[in-house]
Amino acid sequence: MPPLIKDRVVVEDRWTLLRDAKSLADVPSSVAVIVPLSLWRTERAALLTRGDVGVWLAPTDDPAALADDIAELPLVAVDFPKFTDGRGYSIARLLRDRHGFRGELRAIGDVLRDQLFALSQCGFDAFALRADRDATEALASFDDFQGVYTSTTKTREPWFRRRAPS
Amino acid sequence: MYRYDEFDQRIVDERVAQFRDQTRRFIAGELTEDEFRPLRLQNGLYIQKHAPMLRIAIPYGLLTTVQLRTLAHLSRKYDRGYGHFTTRQNLQLNWPRLEDVPEILGELAQVQMHAIQTSGNCVRNITSDPLAGVSGDEIIDPRPWAELVRQWSTLNPEFAFLPRKFKIAVTGATNDRTAALVHDIGAQAVRNEAGKSGFRIFVGGGQGRTPMIGYVIREFLPAAELLNYFDAILRVYNRHGRRDNIYKARVKILVKELTQAEFTRQVEAEWEHLKEGPGTVPHEEIARLAAHFADPPYRDFPRDSVAYRAAIADSRPFARWADRNVRAHKRRGYAIVTLSLKRTGTPPGDVSASEMEAIATLADRFSFGEVRVTHEQNLVFADVLQSDLHALWTKLKTLGFATPNIGLLTDIICCPGGDFCSLANAKSIPIAEAIQRRFDDLDYLYDLGDLELNISGCMNACGHHHVGHIGVLGVDKNGEEWYQVSVGGAQGNDASLGKVIGPSFAAADMPDVIVHLIDVYVERRHPDERFIDTVRRLGLEPFKERVYATAH
Repeated sequence: MPPLIKDRVVVEDRWTLLRDAKSLADVPSSVAVIVPLSLWRTERAALLTRGDVGVWLAPTDDPAALADDIAELPLVAVDFPKFTDGRGYSIARLLRDRHGFRGELRAIGDVLRDQLFALSQCGFDAFALRADRDATEALASFDDFQGVYTSTTKTREPWFRRRAPS
Repeated sequence: MYRYDEFDQRIVDERVAQFRDQTRRFIAGELTEDEFRPLRLQNGLYIQKHAPMLRIAIPYGLLTTVQLRTLAHLSRKYDRGYGHFTTRQNLQLNWPRLEDVPEILGELAQVQMHAIQTSGNCVRNITSDPLAGVSGDEIIDPRPWAELVRQWSTLNPEFAFLPRKFKIAVTGATNDRTAALVHDIGAQAVRNEAGKSGFRIFVGGGQGRTPMIGYVIREFLPAAELLNYFDAILRVYNRHGRRDNIYKARVKILVKELTQAEFTRQVEAEWEHLKEGPGTVPHEEIARLAAHFADPPYRDFPRDSVAYRAAIADSRPFARWADRNVRAHKRRGYAIVTLSLKRTGTPPGDVSASEMEAIATLADRFSFGEVRVTHEQNLVFADVLQSDLHALWTKLKTLGFATPNIGLLTDIICCPGGDFCSLANAKSIPIAEAIQRRFDDLDYLYDLGDLELNISGCMNACGHHHVGHIGVLGVDKNGEEWYQVSVGGAQGNDASLGKVIGPSFAAADMPDVIVHLIDVYVERRHPDERFIDTVRRLGLEPFKERVYATAH
């Protein structure tokens, strides 16, 4: 199980990520699961009845597909097949800023410490760090910067609206 | 000149600390080469042919003399005592050691400089008009807006890993001097019928493998919406730009594949959500930034300098220089001077440490302690007293920066090429020099008039060959260096892409090829017709015929 950082604390992960689940038969009972968007779309009602379900999005998935489910979902994960694939940053911002998602937003895949600051600015609050990396050491990277100039999900007001008048 | 406040300073300081730790972890083996590469690139650090190359940002081309002296010092302490000014107004050091780079960045931060996002798949250094604030054709001063965009783009977390590099130019003048139409975004200040200022937004321009001229995505964008609109463009690009093939990953390819109409629709739809949101720029913020770029303490003059007029009448060499290297200033009694970094025998854009220091001394004395970098790889003193021009010329001549060739054939834009760059297919500097040597008759050059010759050592087009009136591109054929020639390219308001005239040439033939092209022009031009206009009138054929008829 990869090390999980949640709200800047290293925690035990209670969720099971199902990368390839194609039907309900692939979903184990009695554990919390994160299913692919494709399965969510076909088995939404059954999965909701079951409970303890989150959805993960690939970089090519449209976050608008979850627009009507935002309130039902305790967790949405966004996959980074490579850490240099920046699509997930925009997906996170859309989920948070446009669709109002307030649950756990988790970065999964090739998640490394040098991206934690930017990811957290875009609304991620949980990070399934790549399994070969030390999550405790990585925590320092959240403080790489005290802030940035632009409007972000974490700090909606850009610096030019927050600075004291000169 | 923009001066950092505590927040600005903290960001560059934090960035240095972050990169210092990343470099340490890389050297300790905690970061792999693949993991470190994007991090170092976004701090301007390439690994080149002979050594790393560090590209230092010069935001919109503006330098104080304190900063220029620091660049001189850094090039001497950590490099081989020179730097190279680039076509995106930056400075490159060609020989730093990887382990020294955090120290270099630390010293840069002390003079409010950095190398943030000068490379990598992110928003790059913001370029602008080197004549900002002093030219007569300005609608708005682009510098406050360029600084605003610099801040917006710096560490913008959503756009940290774009499909590919993203270049933005901001211009405030009627005449574009930023090559805005070959940028991913070009923002050009305009006024609408109601007299309100805003921007015309071009998108999808770019050079490189698939050169394109940007199209107008929005004819008039209210100025306050600039960042919201940029967010919309970048978000559409970040989500939908291709990532499977780096040669098809620039926004111009997305525009092409979606069509302009569909790309525009998506951007406008995204903007609908962002419009009037937190990214809307308050008037007070632009006023605050504009205060940093207030006019220097100019003196009032009732008329142009009599001494300057007399000196022009008195000396032909000075008159030549005044004609080519001096431009009109918005204030009477002042002038804009271009220092030519294109003397024959020195690679275009290269300046030694002691020359940087000498230039800084002159800028302190003659131009309020400020120097500007042009994308043509020259330097500008923006605020020189007309009555000082002769004294400045005398000193620049001694230094070798008074070559009166601005805008002439020998004012060649040229990338570092195969002598330095690991991407290059061929050398470019020796080609530039061979052409400069062939055209060593100033009277002839002067008679030829405005002619832009641009050379790139590979299709990445750092030497802007696509928009040269004559463009030269280094290509590799079975391990040998060859040169493809195009004509008809242009930058500016009527930007166009050059067309290749035919099969490529060996290096040794290049001066002759240029001579043939010029001969056709000289024979066929109308009075006062520029080379580019003759090409546009005649088309490629007569040029082709001459070059290939005589090539064998």
